[in-house]
Formats: sequence, C-alpha cells, structure tokens
Amino acid sequence: MRRPDEAATRVLSARRIAAVGYPVAGLAVFLALWWGATRLLVEPGSFLSQFAPVPAFESLAAMLQKGALNRHIYASVERITVGLLIASAVGIPLGLALGGLRWFALAATPITGFVRMISPLSWTPLAIILFGVGDPPVYFLIAIGSVWPIALSTAAGVQALDRAWIMLARSLRASRVETVRTVIWPGVRPDVLTGLRIGTTTAWIILVPAEMLGVDSGLGFFILDARDRFDYPGMVAAIILIGAIGLVIDRLTSWLLTPRRRARTSRVAEPQPVPAPLPADYRI
Amino acid sequence: MATVPLRVVDATKRFQVGGHDQTVFEQVSLEIERERIFALLGPSGCGKSTLLRAIASLEPLSEGRVELGAEDGAHPSVGIAFQQPLLLPWLTVQENVRLGLRYAANRGAGDHESVARILAAFGIAPLADSYPDELSGGEAQRVALARTVVTQPQVVLLDEPFGPLDPLTRASLQDWLVGIQQSLRLTVVIVTHDVDEAVYLGDRVALMSAGPGRIRHVWETARGPSRTRSSAESSALREEILRAYMGVNAGAAAARAAGGLALAAQGAPRFARSALDPAPTQEGTR
Ligand SMILES: Nc1ncnc2c1ncn2[C@@H]1O[C@H](COP(=O)(O)OP(=O)(O)O)[C@@H](O)[C@H]1O
Ligand SMILES: [Mg+2]
Repeated sequence: MRRPDEAATRVLSARRIAAVGYPVAGLAVFLALWWGATRLLVEPGSFLSQFAPVPAFESLAAMLQKGALNRHIYASVERITVGLLIASAVGIPLGLALGGLRWFALAATPITGFVRMISPLSWTPLAIILFGVGDPPVYFLIAIGSVWPIALSTAAGVQALDRAWIMLARSLRASRVETVRTVIWPGVRPDVLTGLRIGTTTAWIILVPAEMLGVDSGLGFFILDARDRFDYPGMVAAIILIGAIGLVIDRLTSWLLTPRRRARTSRVAEPQPVPAPLPADYRI
Repeated sequence: MATVPLRVVDATKRFQVGGHDQTVFEQVSLEIERERIFALLGPSGCGKSTLLRAIASLEPLSEGRVELGAEDGAHPSVGIAFQQPLLLPWLTVQENVRLGLRYAANRGAGDHESVARILAAFGIAPLADSYPDELSGGEAQRVALARTVVTQPQVVLLDEPFGPLDPLTRASLQDWLVGIQQSLRLTVVIVTHDVDEAVYLGDRVALMSAGPGRIRHVWETARGPSRTRSSAESSALREEILRAYMGVNAGAAAARAAGGLALAAQGAPRFARSALDPAPTQEGTR
C-alpha cells in the first residue's frame, strides 16, 4: 500500500529535479546557440570562429592552470575593494544625512538626482585630469558609481525608521550617542547592507571599463591586451571569468550581508498567559 | 497621607496642524500620590497619550508644567510603557527587556540576574530567546512593561496596557499589576478607556473629556489596600463614573459631529445626552 505522503515526496523530488534541470537546460541551450553562431553560421577558420566556446574554455583552463590571470584578478579585486570603501565612507554618512535631515535632503536632492543620472564613465576625462593615470582614477570611477545605491538605500532606511523607537530610547534615558548606537544604527543597518550589495555589483560592472584606461593590470586591462595580441579565445575567457567572479561576489555579499537570526534554544515551556503573583519579597 | 511625587499644573498642549494651532488638552491639573495607582479615564482622542508623554518629558508642554518630587527634593525617575509595545524587532525578548540597562543613566539599576527574575515574574521566561514577531499581543505588552520596570523607575506611566486583551486575561493581569505595584512600591499612572478598569485599579480616577481635553472630575475611590470587584460602595461609584463618562463621550461625539468629522460615519451621537449627563463639574477631588 502506498503511504499517503509518498505522492508528496514525489512532487517534492520532481520540483527539485526541475530546480536543477531547468537551469542546466538553459545553460546548455545558451552554449549550443553560442557554439552554433560561431561554428555553423560562419565559414570554418574565419575570424568569428575564434570566439567559439571550446577554444575560450580551453584558454581559460590553461590560463588558470598557469596562474597567468592571478595578477589581474588580484588587481581587480583590490580596486573594487578600495573603491567600495571610499563609496561607503562617503555614501553611508551621506545617506544618513539625506534620510535624517529634512533641510539637507531638500537642498541636496536636485544635485544628487542630477549627478546620479550621469554615467560614471562620463567622469573618465575628469578623473584622469584630477588623478592622473594608474589606480586612483579607477578608484574614483568605482566610488562615484557605487556611492548612490549605498547612499539612497541608507536614506530610505533612515526614513523608514520608526520615530517612536527614538522616543522609546529617550524614555529609557538613553543619551544621543546611545540612541544612535542601540536604535538608529541597528534600525538602518539592513538597508545599509542592501545598499552595499547593490553597490558591490555596480562597482564590479564599472571596474572593467575603468581598467581600460591607462592601467597595466586587471581583467579589464587583460581584455584589451588580449585583443591587441589577437588572442581572441583569451579575451572571451576573460569575459567569462568576469561574469563568473561577478556572480560569486554577488552571492557572497548577499550571504555575508543578509542578517540572520541566531539559532535559539527551543521554548522550554509555554509562557503563562497570566503570570503568577509576585512573591512578597520580590525585588528587581 | 501619601506625599505627592508628581503634580501636573495647568498643562496645555497645542499642535500646529496645517498652519493653525490645535489644542489637544488645556488647563490640566493633577496630583498623583506616591505609591498609589492613578487612573486616567477618557474617550479616545482626548489627549491621554499626549499627556502621558508630557509627564515623561518626552513632549514639551505649550503651557504649564510637570513637577516631580517637589516635597522632599528627591527626584523620582519616570518610566513609561507606550500604547504600542514598541519592541525592537532585531532584539530577542531578553535583549529588549535589557535595553534600558545598557544606558549609562541606569547604571546599577539591574543586571543579568534581575532581567532573568523579571522575565520569570512576568511569565515570559520561556520566550526569552524569541523575537517580537513571534509574540502575541498580550505577551508583547508584558515584555514592554518588563522593559520599563527593570530600570527601577519610581513612577510608572502605563498607556492602555491591557487594551487589546480579552476580559478574563485582562482581569487577571489587573490583579497581577496590583501585586507588582505593591511589592515594588510603585507610583502608577494608568491610562484607560475602560470604566471598570479605572474603578478597580485606581486609588484616584480622573475623567478627561475630549475636544480639547480637560479634566472633568477626579474621584477618590477611598479604599484600603485590598480590592474587590463587587461591593455596594464600589458599584455606586462605578455607576456615577460611568454616567459621567457617557456624558463625556456624548459630548465628544457631538463635538466630532459639529466638526463635521464623524457625522457621516457614525450617524447621530450614540448616547442621549439628557438622561445620562450628570453635568460634571470641574471641582477636583471629592
Ligand atoms: N505629533 C502630533 N502632531 C499633531 N497632532 C497630534 C500629535 N500627537 C497627537 N496629536 C493629536 O492629539 C490628539 C490626542 O491624541 P492622543 O493623545 O493620542 O489621544 P488619546 O491617547 O486620548 O487617544 C489627537 O487628535 C491626535 O491627532
Ligand atoms: Mg492613546
């Protein structure tokens, strides 16, 4: 005889198969299209065939094995780290001010709304004039692009903060600093973290074109360099790697920055709907 | 005669609403005796919560003042439990109760042990590691109350603490509150819109009317330390307060209707004024 939950188990495993199967199938279709476009639709040995998946993955495997990309990966990761630190150092206080000070928000909104709409890469010439060539203009471009998600998310968090919590802290005789530390900051922290997540992804997207400007390391530089060496499989390999690292960064930051509740000991007993009367000698 | 640790003198509160002043309450004067329960009774919207916040110096008064412990010079600390529990959602029950003890101003008022004891005394020890969204309304209120009491204020202001509870739980929690008040020797101001609660708990009962809020009458329930839910004396007083309260309510409804606010939603005022209004006067204590 079938157990009643057997059907449920089967549905569940069918779902699990779907959860793995569809992404795998999607990836396979994508690779097939890519392969078809670079092999079937073009003359064998033509220019476009150098962008095919097989040589790209072969090149990627070879470079990773030799460690030829390590220097570039390291340089890129270092740049987005520095850029994000700058963006946070500016964006979090800016967001706190935008969300908390009405006059500041009113004064700043036209400017922030305007500047935010400018593609970070439009700042390139200015960045080079201001900071010369090398890492500093790259830091600048990353920071100016990722500062907005951080600032705006922080500001939204401050605005969503329950004003009554501040009164609560005051009623418990908290000082201003204690109020910020125990109520305001924990209250906006989830939104700051959301802003950091979005900012990290933005930073990674800006990084690659920024590295095409007068630096001699990093994955963006490597793409241009591979093009100049006519190493098209290597160039495609770098693009794949950029996507993969971006995916890992996104997953990692979302895992790191999503607040989790402590696992707790289970309830030992039900709470009393009405507590027992206090013992006569009860003291706080 | 208990001394007066808390006195409200000619308190008036106005808010700026849409460019003009709106008076929430005016000329409110109250004397709250030490280690007694003071019940503040009034229809919703008459400014009870605003008055309580003013007493806790969380809201400045437009006129008048709040005097604390004027007689012996000692300055009693005031704790308030708001109408909403206002538990911080990222903290567990235990951490919420401990919140006040983390502040320098309450240093020495309690420790880890006193938190554990108060959780047990409030029947919420099994919930110590739960988060606020896992609590029922009554549990959340008790956590909020524990958080207020654990910092050892001498005066405790309670804003409709048992508002959303069923009558039975409410009655038992009232008794439990009396126990807390007596063993901790607290001065309690409890806001309520429930006449029975006010009469049962209050050593004094003040009736507030709406639009703008005014103290209509203050009754002394003149009872010993023990309370009964039914006695000839208390039911006569209850009757008297109930009648005055209904008069105030009818007045509030009429004022709302005249303001054109509640008319469409509520129809005519519920209470016939003539039969029930004892024409309360503002004469202080009886
Ligand atoms: N910050 C505020 N700004 C403007 N009006 C307010 C504010 N706080 C309270 N009020 C008004 O004061 C009146 C009394 O409110 P409240 O004290 O909450 O009454 P109660 O607790 O008796 O129901 C209400 O009409 C409310 O709208
Ligand atoms: Mg209220």
